[in-house]
Amino acid sequence: MNPTVQALRNKFQGAIGRGAVSCGDTIVYVKAASLSEVMAFLKEWPDQEYNYLVDITAVEYRDPERPLEMVYELFSLGRRAQLRVKVELDKSEELVVDSLVPLWNGANWLEREVFDMFGVRFAGHPDLRRILMWETYAEGHPLRKDFPLRGRFSRAEQVRQALNANPEAHYSMEEISIAEAYHEIPAEMRERLARGERGKLAEPENS
Amino acid sequence: MGLDQPKRTGTESVVSSISPNWVTTRLDFLINWGRSNSLWPMPFGTACCAIEFMATAASRYDLARFGMERMSFSPRQADVLLCAGRLPFKLASVIRRIYDQMPQPKWVISMGACASTGGIFDNYAMVQGIDTVIPVDVYVPGCPPRPEGLLYGILMLQKKVRGETLADSSLRDEDELNRQGLRLPPSLVDELSEPFGNSIHQTRSG
Amino acid sequence: MGTKRTIELEVATSGVDAQGKATRVPLGVADQTGVGILTDREEPALGGDHMLVNIGPQHPATHGVLRLVVELDGEVVVRVIPHIGYLHSGFEKLGEYRYYNQIVPLTDRMDYLAPMSNNVCLALAVEKLMGIEITERCKVLRVIACELSRIISHLVWLGTTSIDLGAFTPFLWCFQERERVYNLQEMWTGARLTTSLTRVGGLMADIPDGFTEGVREFCATLPKTMDETDRLLTRSGIWCARMQDIGILTAEEAINYSLSGPMLRASGVPYDVRKDRPYLDYETYDFEVPIGEKGDVYDRYLCRFEEMRQSVRILEQALDRLPDGPINVDDSRVSLPPKSEAMNDMEAMIFHFKQVMEGIETPVGEAYMPIEGPKGELGYYFVSDGTAKPVRFRVRPPAFINLAALPKMAEGHLLSDLIAINASVDIVMGEVDR
Repeated sequence: MNPTVQALRNKFQGAIGRGAVSCGDTIVYVKAASLSEVMAFLKEWPDQEYNYLVDITAVEYRDPERPLEMVYELFSLGRRAQLRVKVELDKSEELVVDSLVPLWNGANWLEREVFDMFGVRFAGHPDLRRILMWETYAEGHPLRKDFPLRGRFSRAEQVRQALNANPEAHYSMEEISIAEAYHEIPAEMRERLARGERGKLAEPENS
Repeated sequence: MGLDQPKRTGTESVVSSISPNWVTTRLDFLINWGRSNSLWPMPFGTACCAIEFMATAASRYDLARFGMERMSFSPRQADVLLCAGRLPFKLASVIRRIYDQMPQPKWVISMGACASTGGIFDNYAMVQGIDTVIPVDVYVPGCPPRPEGLLYGILMLQKKVRGETLADSSLRDEDELNRQGLRLPPSLVDELSEPFGNSIHQTRSG
Repeated sequence: MGTKRTIELEVATSGVDAQGKATRVPLGVADQTGVGILTDREEPALGGDHMLVNIGPQHPATHGVLRLVVELDGEVVVRVIPHIGYLHSGFEKLGEYRYYNQIVPLTDRMDYLAPMSNNVCLALAVEKLMGIEITERCKVLRVIACELSRIISHLVWLGTTSIDLGAFTPFLWCFQERERVYNLQEMWTGARLTTSLTRVGGLMADIPDGFTEGVREFCATLPKTMDETDRLLTRSGIWCARMQDIGILTAEEAINYSLSGPMLRASGVPYDVRKDRPYLDYETYDFEVPIGEKGDVYDRYLCRFEEMRQSVRILEQALDRLPDGPINVDDSRVSLPPKSEAMNDMEAMIFHFKQVMEGIETPVGEAYMPIEGPKGELGYYFVSDGTAKPVRFRVRPPAFINLAALPKMAEGHLLSDLIAINASVDIVMGEVDR
């Protein structure tokens, strides 16, 4: 096992859960509340120097009793050492974890993807919105185990939702206000935005 | 067109009121010859099929022989929308808009299995065939189709174009979305998209 | 933000105000000399507003379905916000519903410019998960596959970058070279592009006769094409002017953005997975990894160009050392038995049946396997619960993470530089969106 695990236990005691080795990779479990501190320690402490964030992802197990795990893969470029940090999130509660964007800019899009696919919120993320699906996607979070492979809506409904979003749904709110564009968009669009109906489709008329 | 659609009455034109005769057939021949031999493609390339399309356009297989080397990335100047690659739902409104922007006469080639039917991606993200979104003239199967396959599809389209006639104005009707915002009835979309073959279960019990 | 200037008209006879600028007189008063009108009038500022321009998702220069929403101040990019997901195909979800060998065709379609390297990475990841040691011949063949993939990926990058910057000829040369590799791929796997080369514990098939000669011939002709392209581009005034000092990222920034591959090495960080976390016996091959200095687009071009030459070097070494022997590991639970045995021997038939119908069962555990793909560090992360289908199939996509640095690189540059920077990231949307 990577000696980092022992160093973490010495420094953070109770916040560090179990350590494990799987196929040669070291894994350490960390409590969600201390994630930022532990990550800052791992990144900046001279003996650790895990300066390279390889990946952020999440795993939901088929066994519904097991918690959802956030997985952070780290690498130390100088020491060529690998570490996998995991945070267990109880599915019965709200899925929130600290954002690592203040430490690594690379975490920005990776966390957005986890939010999109799993519904985990990242506290402190500068721009948490969906990245792979469209922002107003209504079917849920695709990589959850209770999300069926072919989606929740019927195919016809999925096509309808895809084809009929109103134009402002294709832009984020930040973009709508670029260049003072907000004042120049058509009045009906502005009204829809004010009512919070950015992604709402027109109701299908009874055919 | 690929799927049965109710005939729409287009704008009445002078030509359609003239029954086909020697003049119109000569005119058809000339116009169709011109159209089929200079189909400017609008390459809507998304994925792997786009790379095979690029290889078809490159020097080994050469689309210039067919008058198609002038890629038109603006739909306003294009004749053929060549959808090369898979089409996720996020891209569906984009291709619809681009298709709507193309002026008549326009045709669509659906290149590859994913564009034709959804391919191996029978999941939440993929349109199960672009014909649920835009009307298609030629389907080219393959994953990806070989350049020769794509060329065969283009030749089929050229043959189709040569068989058209000015007398039939419904050929140039714009495809419209119905009041629900779809171009096909929902039951037909669902029927076309039913799962086939691939496992949609994670474990034996579901 | 538009600035609103106020113009004051003063009573004056000279027609010129205190700053020496001509005073404006409203219509109807022009004929009266000596009398002006004191008034405040707002004049709209010219050229003060920013523009919002949408590039893509359907656009020739975005290398796939990438959408860039650009805030422009004239020609200068103030902000660029990339939108991705237009090719999201649900690979990771699909992987949970497929046996491990059934995931191999999915990997072809992710990075479709270098399909064999994705196949190899998947097989390596599952073999790491299961603790399988592959045969020597298989290792060398996989190295050949990876390096060929690296070359063809860089050839596409070179061709499309040239087209983006206006040079059409290298595109045709590069695609001609790719056709040679396509012939080799077709010879080996039956498919030009979607190769599905590997299986867990081995490969789909051994190389046919004429393959090694074909690779040697390719290694002989590719450097000539590269020299031609080099003469055409590397010292061209236009090429250098459009690439040098554009899109600079320092080493610290590059590490902070988790960049990998030539993007990271061009900024001066010497991290190459083949050297730092070796796999497939890469530590026994003699090759160099080009490291840049400045981190601009030109350095990335030089890095990738040199990597192609180094790949040719590795290919020649691999061909020299290609040993004889089996390509599949000798474990009937993992590798399909040969057809002759499966038809004649009961036990072999049962193994065949179990593998095809029930898949290959992996032990409970997880494994992350990084390789040096052409775009950067490509990693496959599998989590297994003991069944034949993974619980989680995660691809660490180098192009996705590299693209996230685009807003930082493009700020303050011109719109045409944005295209050059986008080309230098070397994205393939299949991998970015998965």
